[in-house]
Amino acid sequence: MPSLKSLKTRVSSIKSISKITRAMQMVASAKLRRAESRLAAARPYAKRMAQVMSLLAARAAGTPNALPLLNGRGKDQTHLLIVTSSDAGLCGGFNANIYRQARDRALALEAAGKTVQFYVIGIKNAPVIRNNFPGKTVHETKREETSPVTFENAQKIAQDLIQRFNAGEFDVAHLFFSHYHSVLSQVPTETQIIPAAPESDDTKNQAAANDASSGAIEFEPDEETILSTLLPRSIAVAIYQAMLENATSEQGSRMSAMENSTRNAGEMISKLSIQYNRLRQAAITTELVEIISGAEAL
Amino acid sequence: MAELHYELVTPSRLARSGDAFMVVVPGTEGDLGVMAGHMPTMTAIRDGEVAIYSSEHQIETKFHISGGFAEINEKGLIILAEEAKEEN
Repeated sequence: MPSLKSLKTRVSSIKSISKITRAMQMVASAKLRRAESRLAAARPYAKRMAQVMSLLAARAAGTPNALPLLNGRGKDQTHLLIVTSSDAGLCGGFNANIYRQARDRALALEAAGKTVQFYVIGIKNAPVIRNNFPGKTVHETKREETSPVTFENAQKIAQDLIQRFNAGEFDVAHLFFSHYHSVLSQVPTETQIIPAAPESDDTKNQAAANDASSGAIEFEPDEETILSTLLPRSIAVAIYQAMLENATSEQGSRMSAMENSTRNAGEMISKLSIQYNRLRQAAITTELVEIISGAEAL
Repeated sequence: MAELHYELVTPSRLARSGDAFMVVVPGTEGDLGVMAGHMPTMTAIRDGEVAIYSSEHQIETKFHISGGFAEINEKGLIILAEEAKEEN
């Protein structure tokens, strides 16, 4: 049986924790709103870019000297898994969910005899990957490389990736991030960004439709030059988009995690208060009984 | 004459969209004055000024853009730029 004093200190410590979690929840919800609006603002560019890319890719697919960034180098031995994560903790299962998806993928690739490397964006998943896949990490970003999430930062990462690709460090790059659906649901997602060739039937059909309707498009200077300048940019856009989705998901995830812990704290406080009151009552009763029986004995 | 619908988009926002008489785009191969009914074109853009004309002689506003790309299709003109700054 805990003592009265220990119960009292527990209640007060839970109270101060719940103050912190409530504050964090409110901060996260304010940040979430901002991140959501930035995500919405970035969508038109990404959408347009994807449209243009799929159109160009469909037209360039047949050409023999296609670009390696678009069509690959004809091998897929070394896979680079780009794993994003947050820079701050206390956001529920956010980082773990992304990591789990990447890990499953990595194990599947290794089982198929491929070489796996990791490129970690955001600091929180870096130690986990370092421990579970020792020596496989080729790069970990630092805090100042990823926050705030700006297009310039995404571009730097993209340039680094393209350099590594051109140097032959890897053949295929997969990007793992958390897709933001709503506050309650963030889905860990995987996309292949290098080579960028559209693979799903959906994009293929769309590209074919575009191709049919755009027989008479004029290109200045020419398709290949445009494609080769646009490809690195589209990779930067993909990374920027992923970073934004991630930032939004992180805040959403933190908000619901903090909401849960605030509620839990409230429940615990009321449970402990009841226990405390019972205990106090019991102590008073015992004292009274002692006094009365002492008086009777006289 | 019909107005040209244009959109100027950057990664962080939709900088401007609307209808104009003509938009002059600084293509890598030379400036393009794009009006309604322009033939479908895709062009890389050099860093420079995009001028939006509200009528034949009147410039509505100018943007300084860098890292750009323009697509002209039957729906209008779309400029994708890494940065776009309105000039006063």
